[in-house]
Amino acid sequence: MLSRTAENLYWLARYVERAEYLARTIDATLRVTALPAAYIGKTNEWDSALLTAGVASSFYQQYEEANERNVVDYLSFSADNPSSIKNCIEAARLNSRSVRTALTSEMWDTINSAWIELQEVWSKGTSTREDLAKFLRFVQETSLRFDGSAYRTMLRNDAYWFSRLGLHLERADNTARILDVKYHVLLPEEEHVGGPLDFYQWSSILRSVSALTAYHWVYRETLKPWLVADLLILNGTLPRSLASCYENLTRNLDQIGVAYGRQGPAQRHARGIRNRLEHSNMNDIFQHGVHEFIQEFIADNSRLGEIITKQYLI
Amino acid sequence: MAVAFDEMNIPGGDLRPAYQELARWLKETPPEALEYRRQEAELLFRRIGITFAVYGDSESTERLIPFDVIPRIMSGKEWTVLEKGLKQRVKALNMFLRDIYHGRDILRAEVVPEDLIFQNPVFRPEMNGQQVPHDVYVHIAGIDIVRVDAEDFIVLEDNARTPSGVSYMLENREIMMRLFPDLFARHKVAPVERYPDELLSALRSVAPHSASSEPTVALLTPGVYNSAYYEHSFLADKLGIELVEGRDLVVKSNEVFMRTTEGLKRVDVIYRRVDDDFIDPLTFRPDSVLGVPGLMSAYAAGNITLANAVGTGIADDKAIYSYMPDIVKFYLGEEPILKNVPTWRCREPKDLAYVLDNLNELVVKEVHGSGGYGMLIGPAATKATIEAFREKLKREPEGFIAQPTLALSTCPTCTASGLAPRHVDLRPFVLTGSKTTTIVPGGLTRVALKEGSLVVNSSQGGGTKDTWILDE
Repeated sequence: MLSRTAENLYWLARYVERAEYLARTIDATLRVTALPAAYIGKTNEWDSALLTAGVASSFYQQYEEANERNVVDYLSFSADNPSSIKNCIEAARLNSRSVRTALTSEMWDTINSAWIELQEVWSKGTSTREDLAKFLRFVQETSLRFDGSAYRTMLRNDAYWFSRLGLHLERADNTARILDVKYHVLLPEEEHVGGPLDFYQWSSILRSVSALTAYHWVYRETLKPWLVADLLILNGTLPRSLASCYENLTRNLDQIGVAYGRQGPAQRHARGIRNRLEHSNMNDIFQHGVHEFIQEFIADNSRLGEIITKQYLI
Repeated sequence: MAVAFDEMNIPGGDLRPAYQELARWLKETPPEALEYRRQEAELLFRRIGITFAVYGDSESTERLIPFDVIPRIMSGKEWTVLEKGLKQRVKALNMFLRDIYHGRDILRAEVVPEDLIFQNPVFRPEMNGQQVPHDVYVHIAGIDIVRVDAEDFIVLEDNARTPSGVSYMLENREIMMRLFPDLFARHKVAPVERYPDELLSALRSVAPHSASSEPTVALLTPGVYNSAYYEHSFLADKLGIELVEGRDLVVKSNEVFMRTTEGLKRVDVIYRRVDDDFIDPLTFRPDSVLGVPGLMSAYAAGNITLANAVGTGIADDKAIYSYMPDIVKFYLGEEPILKNVPTWRCREPKDLAYVLDNLNELVVKEVHGSGGYGMLIGPAATKATIEAFREKLKREPEGFIAQPTLALSTCPTCTASGLAPRHVDLRPFVLTGSKTTTIVPGGLTRVALKEGSLVVNSSQGGGTKDTWILDE
């Protein structure tokens, strides 16, 4: 297929995934900030939301401090923020138009009707909490619908695999970022003063990656920080865990490799990361330092993005 | 202006045969039901994203072309005549182009004046003596046809460059069949859905000799911001060919390749929707980023087919238009089946004098204009507009032609106050391959939605209709 088409499909999936993640982050932050201060401590949750979205530095060039109003606006609607939900959806639609021939009509319809629907939200904004909640839900549903229509309607060929690469690479990045920002509350209890304070932090993390219910099913335990970390990093059954993302990335890259009759640096690099995840356990990771582990992962993951681009997309 | 010919109603109260069943159906169908389906159709168009861009309109870069749900109907007998006339006309266009860029018999015979060719900016000297694969220049023609009475079909314009609108022909039919299955059940409407297949086989048939037996065809688009982008992606999808932009293509040792995830892949035929001017910055406009550097040398080497060929503008130029009946006679030795609109050539002093005296009754068009921009419609213009135009015309008479205001035929159309006659034209699409010329029965009917308006262009408030050819 055309390199440009593959590139557009890859980024289309990334934008949609990012929009959903941002919506979840805002959602989770709204919940946790609605609690009385005694439950969440003194941390500025809106500042963490900016950090997990990776836009803190550009935000602070415009604003003095982070609060609900300006962060929600910056993450959802701001035209100045290249990865605001609005810009993600706009970019997704533009990419969809450029590769309409590679999309199924269901996928196009999802993006196009979301874009049409959101025009009104862009022009009016969300004046009430209820409006905002509705908007955030809509963004998440759009992503689910898009993902579902891709899964159910696309031919299983390179177009599908490239779009999956975008999805899983973005997802891995998002999960890793939230771990990076919140790692300090995930340290084992003996090193940290536990209490109700952290409980809400943990549940907030899980909520932003839609893993709160999953946690209980997997561990049948009350929330424990190292188990939260284990779930998000190593548990292959959770679709948003780093392990699961890499399972998918290597599989999709392998399929491309087989179809094209050759492997390359992208396949090797992805396999390397997956092997590392497979052979790690939480004890080692805590020994080594959660923070360092996550930072290394983020760098490795974005390196994979560069390699894929060089190998296939330009 | 005389009362226009109505394609449904015969003065005195009778109906033309092709419309009888539709009239019965309309009588049985309550207006609300029609209105409901009209809204339904609009929703479908918006969701599919069938939009076009209007240049110079900053408010909305994407707009819907209004769609009128009342079909325009023609009998099979009428179509047979039209089809024959179109094939004749396109054959002559191709022979004319071949001649202009090679032997120039027609100029020596003084049927067409030389300066109209050589001083014409759409004449491409680069094409002189160049062999185009299978001698086909105009693979896809969109000939604009109007009617003023029950007898004749009149050509308004020959579009031989990159005619657009065929996606509307196909989508209009799709949507009509979805919304009005009952109406289709009561008519025998000739299908149009074979168009993409016909187009693909026409394009494959003209592949250069150096191509493999399975030639690769691609559609070259200027990109998402082009007004006809929807159509480009629609066609590429229906044909199952790659939709490429200039930056996806690269020329190496006079062969054209596209950049794919598996490396470079040779392309044999380019269905290009990029104008001559922008197609190769090394040959034409150096500032073009839409084209492919070196494409023209691959073309000259005979390794790529461009559809349509470069330089076809000289055949559909408005200045050449008035000579078309002579051109048909010259090459085919036949009487033209399709008529021309009587045309005054402002470059000729006698004609100019007449035009200047009768501006308030004439339509004056720029020879190189298109899309309904820059023209004067005398009967609808204010005095001041006419005077301003008069000065323009005097300054540069060779840039204009004039025609009488035609009372274009009307068809029943949904309006705010119920069904009413509105003026229409028709653009059938003529496909020429290496051996055959085919036309899918139908075309794009454009309708001027404003009462009394004669301008059907989508950029000026025109809409479209599904066109039915009855298979009797």
